[in-house]
Amino acid sequence: MDLDHDPGFVQLLTPDGRRVPHPDFGYAGDDSSIAAHLRAMVLARRLDAEATALQRKGELGLWPPMLGQEAAQVGSVAAVGSRDEVIPSYREHAVALGMGVTPLEILKTFRGTHMVDWDSRALRFHLYSFVIGTQALHATGIAMALQLDGRVGPDDATNAAAMVYFGDGATSQGDVSEAFVFAASYNAPLVLFCQNNQWAISVPIERQTKIPLYQRARGFGIPSVRVDGNDVLAVQAVTSWALDRARRGEGPTFIEAFTYRMGAHTTSDDPTKYRGRDEEASWRAKDPIARVRAYLRSTGAIDDLWEGHLTNESDALAEQLRDDVASLPDPALADWFTRVYAKTPSGLIRQRDAHEAYEASFEETA
Amino acid sequence: MTTMTLAKAINAGLRRALEADPKVVLMGEDIGRLGGVFRVTEGLQADFGESRVMDSPLAESGIVGTAVGLALRGYRPVVEIQFDGFVFPAFDQITSQVSRLHFRSHGRLTVPLVIRIPYGGGIGAIEHHSESPEAYFAHTPGLKVITISNPSDGYWGIQQAIASDDPVIFLEPKRRYYVRGEVHPDVSPEPLHAARVVRSGTDATLLAYGPTLQTCLDAADAAASEGRQLEVVDLRSLAPLDDDAIVASVERTGRCIVVHEASRSGGLGAEIAARVTESCFYSLDAPVLRVTGYDIPYPPAKTEHAYLPDVDRVLDAVDRAFAY
Repeated sequence: MDLDHDPGFVQLLTPDGRRVPHPDFGYAGDDSSIAAHLRAMVLARRLDAEATALQRKGELGLWPPMLGQEAAQVGSVAAVGSRDEVIPSYREHAVALGMGVTPLEILKTFRGTHMVDWDSRALRFHLYSFVIGTQALHATGIAMALQLDGRVGPDDATNAAAMVYFGDGATSQGDVSEAFVFAASYNAPLVLFCQNNQWAISVPIERQTKIPLYQRARGFGIPSVRVDGNDVLAVQAVTSWALDRARRGEGPTFIEAFTYRMGAHTTSDDPTKYRGRDEEASWRAKDPIARVRAYLRSTGAIDDLWEGHLTNESDALAEQLRDDVASLPDPALADWFTRVYAKTPSGLIRQRDAHEAYEASFEETA
Repeated sequence: MTTMTLAKAINAGLRRALEADPKVVLMGEDIGRLGGVFRVTEGLQADFGESRVMDSPLAESGIVGTAVGLALRGYRPVVEIQFDGFVFPAFDQITSQVSRLHFRSHGRLTVPLVIRIPYGGGIGAIEHHSESPEAYFAHTPGLKVITISNPSDGYWGIQQAIASDDPVIFLEPKRRYYVRGEVHPDVSPEPLHAARVVRSGTDATLLAYGPTLQTCLDAADAAASEGRQLEVVDLRSLAPLDDDAIVASVERTGRCIVVHEASRSGGLGAEIAARVTESCFYSLDAPVLRVTGYDIPYPPAKTEHAYLPDVDRVLDAVDRAFAY
């Protein structure tokens, strides 16, 4: 693709389930790979719904739902190669699943038993970040490290790139603009994947930007594409192209996945206070799952039996998750003192020991 | 006199400040249409308009930095940082600019800016939502640091902070937001930087502020049933500290225990212990003791009950003070 050319709004599957061509991007897979996307989206949505329900029952402290963003996440993670590094924000639950994080590992953080419990280095899926936009700089540095390691170049058997996720609100943070500057300056092998879900809690996108977000990246010298974030085919096609560019040393790309947070910001939020039902209804009509289902039904690639299996699989996932969460033991505070430094200072050991002795004094008298 | 929650009291104080001075403006993430994630600014945008109660872009450094500019042009901005852990993107603005413009301008400029920060733990939150960052700010010359423990101080304190020509870090204990208390809308309050003896006692002084004040009052109740009379002082102002009130109390009781949620090393307890030792050495029956968070990042929610100072830990410190 000519990088000076604006490909417009990239869509390959319409909301009513029709494949449409695009002059610059095409989906490389077949119906069975599309069915795999559908399965991933349905399972992620079920995880999301179950987590929301668990929060309502008091089993989780908080949950940030990703309802509506399944295609942006499943499509982009499907483009990630076996050496690529992925750096998430805090709502990338479908990306997490795609990178091999278990549903329970995701929920541990939100139950408050753990900080972040997955092995980020082994999975190449970094810690969730809760400070908005901070991870964009870390991702840029990870991409710079890949470059320094000689992992960027034409050899598709060894090359690698990084991809960072952030939201529309994060683009207002200085850290994200600085990431643009560094990524462009060092020609870092980085895909900046922005899920523009239209709302930063109660603040609409219009407060964060006066031009379409993807156009901002061009001012930093970073090629950019706006993709239908509710179209899993288009998201995968665009992300694959951008990651390929990065791995080969052609530099960073900004992707604006135009999507919608169909749920609340978190379970503590009440969207009825700041947005209308009409808006929500108009986005429900662009549901990322419904269009894939309609398409695969129209081609005969899936049928009632296939969907029945998927429903059973979803139910099993939810049931397992409920059981697993309920049986998570509460941690002891004492365990956390030795996680502050690589080598724990003796003073902190003394603090821990005093804490344990104090706690034990209750058990003796009880 | 009326009874209201701390959140409503701050809201009422902000409303009165907006009414009293057209130069008062509010800025922050989600403070307008939503009324803030804790609803402290609820209804204010509807009543005072979008030019005085501004929903800002999602950028804390931007919020504080632009508020500096507004203040330099004669406005009195009150900005909200949504959660304690999100103040740090604005740390450069606060410590390098907000705190120093008066000094850098040889006293010609003032920055009448209030930075409201919901702070502290105990609400079962995820990371960065339970921090106690007061020591960073109290350590920074040029900043005033206020923390409130009750609705009356919320109502009056926010108005006094807005009236201050110096920048004020205004720390609101989020786990106390929805606790009710009495507010006297017409009784003139204590000065902004005066500590308050909330409960008189003769045997030991508990120095507390913000969320730990109630913990200390509960501890004093429990100690009284065992025959020990504890004095409880609400520090209210962490910068400047009300040295006179602290010293007077410790000289009465001979024992001093500082209680805060923030981690121990380099915390307010350390500063207060040094001052009390310097000023009250011959009145002390025991070393100044601290009941604080531990020297670890705020831990996962399921362990916070063990991290936070509670009544038992305060009473344990009282026992230790009496054992000397």
